[in-house]
Amino acid sequence: MLMKSTQREEKAATQTNDTPAEVVLDCHAEQIFYGDFLAVRDSKVPIQKNKITGFIGPSGCGKSTVLKSINRMNDLVRTFRFEGKVQFHGIDIYDKKVDPVSVRRNIGMVFQQPNPFSMSIYENVAFGLRLNRFRGNMDEKVEKALRGAALWDEVKNKLKNNGLSLSGGQQQRLCIARAIATEPQVLLMDEPCSALDPIATRQVEELMIQLKQRFTVAIVTHNMQQAQRVADQTAFFAVDISQGGRTGYLVEMGPTSELFNNPKEQLTKDYLHGEFS
Amino acid sequence: MAHPTTTLPQEAASLSQPPSKMDIIFNKSFRSLTYAFTWAMVLLLAAIVIKIGIKAIPAIERHGLAFLTTTTWDVNSQHFGILPEIWGTLYSSLLALILGGFFGITIAIFLTQDFLPHRVEVVLKSIIELLAAIPSVVYGLWGIFVLIPLIRPLADFLHTHLGWLPWFSTSLSGPGMFPAALVLSIMILPTIAAISQDAFRAIPHKTKEAAFGMGTTRWEAILKVMLPAASGGIFGALVLGLGRALGETMALAMLVGNSNQISLSVFAPANTLASLLALNFPEAAEYEVSVLMYAACILLLITLLVNIAGTAIIAMTGSGAKK
Ligand SMILES: Nc1ncnc2c1ncn2[C@@H]1O[C@H](COP(=O)(O)OP(=O)(O)O)[C@@H](O)[C@H]1O
Ligand SMILES: [Mg+2]
Repeated sequence: MLMKSTQREEKAATQTNDTPAEVVLDCHAEQIFYGDFLAVRDSKVPIQKNKITGFIGPSGCGKSTVLKSINRMNDLVRTFRFEGKVQFHGIDIYDKKVDPVSVRRNIGMVFQQPNPFSMSIYENVAFGLRLNRFRGNMDEKVEKALRGAALWDEVKNKLKNNGLSLSGGQQQRLCIARAIATEPQVLLMDEPCSALDPIATRQVEELMIQLKQRFTVAIVTHNMQQAQRVADQTAFFAVDISQGGRTGYLVEMGPTSELFNNPKEQLTKDYLHGEFS
Repeated sequence: MAHPTTTLPQEAASLSQPPSKMDIIFNKSFRSLTYAFTWAMVLLLAAIVIKIGIKAIPAIERHGLAFLTTTTWDVNSQHFGILPEIWGTLYSSLLALILGGFFGITIAIFLTQDFLPHRVEVVLKSIIELLAAIPSVVYGLWGIFVLIPLIRPLADFLHTHLGWLPWFSTSLSGPGMFPAALVLSIMILPTIAAISQDAFRAIPHKTKEAAFGMGTTRWEAILKVMLPAASGGIFGALVLGLGRALGETMALAMLVGNSNQISLSVFAPANTLASLLALNFPEAAEYEVSVLMYAACILLLITLLVNIAGTAIIAMTGSGAKK
């Protein structure tokens, strides 16, 4: 399994038309537990720099679990236990010496439900900067982040309004602005469009494609079309019910067009076939 | 095939019978009864206020607003002023609010922000709620026999070393403002802790996730995100705690010293409106009753205003959180 996936990676790297990308985050989840429950096993997901990596698969297969393991968000769940490695610039973020807080400051996250803080739009965006004791020109940074999140024109005249007064799509873009204001290197997004209408979804998708010039993005989506529209690399997860449990694992990962048009595993074929028929 | 089609309408008919006469009568009388009780409560409250108001009229006519601004209480010369009691009521309540508020909010944070295993949280929560079940006379006795001896060394220390500060300018002679406020703060602690806990628990999980996702430490998350998000509910809790402190009688009557003076010193004896009423009613002659009723009106007014403000704030922030 592991051998195969490394081979596939090498192949993937040579087959992509642009230059082979550097892997910024090399996630290798051997086993992820919630208490006694083995939620995910044997999943190796290398995330390439300035690319969008999509996570797809049926619900409950552990996409969010893997994604949230990448910036140690899952540490909030008491019963959570991670076995494996997540290499970030040559450091294993699960090393005992690593502070999860600094991991989260470098690997930002956008959640399924838009979750701006109940404070002004400006303060929402400035939040991370203040946290990092940023001493420069705050207005400039806030504007840059809001422009980066394609929200500036809509809110520039009401920066003092509460972030929660915006529409759902605007709130989600505000959360993106909040996450990118501190310029994290990697941005994780867990089904960022699932609470949004189709128009807002398209706006966020366009935004992601712009964002990958400056950031590395990993996105969980339940929407196959969305994965095809935005992701450069796609990882397909499935649930293994053979051993009585419901353990998720990575079935295959590769360049998006290849995974969708020419999947290597029968399971992927069946799943895609089911989704599109 | 014919069988079910013939039986179904009958069954349906039995299911859709109109309510019987009995049902209707029962319904109607039950509804009238609840209305009656509801209005009885409102009328009772109104009756109490009106009765007290009427009884207070002679005193209001004779003393007017001077009642609120003068400081002597002399039955023989018929001089009545409740400024020291108003001062004592507000001062003791505010001191209690500061202490009880600080500890109540701290406890609420401690019990809601994953510091303890869930089971321990539940046990501690019930223990704190039990504090509310202790009768106030027991608090009073405890204050006299346990708390005052206990704080005397601290009070002496503060007076000798920081006596130049107005708050410590007298020495503790026994009952006084400080022991009274301290007991009061314990009495309002359960209210403040309980409502503050609710406010923290009402914060959606996604808000907490957002904070940690931004890379806050636990304390940054609490101070910069959770506390502001819960601030509306906490403010309401403080106002309700204040309302309870203002009206508390028995423990204060036993602990505050019942001395008609205005002093900033927390070790000086003082008096409050509630304990003034409790201690003077038993021996009050007819006109003095009217004076006491006037004082009761003032106390009622203060607590009513505080409680209305608190309820309004809780209602406002409650509807704000749903959005
Ligand atoms: N906090 C948690 N505690 C216990 N089990 C969890 C928790 N979060 C997720 N799980 C379980 O882990 C499995 C994977 O969940 P998740 O990662 O949310 O899947 P997906 O995002 O692919 O739908 C599911 O079986 C789910 O029930
Ligand atoms: Mg999920």
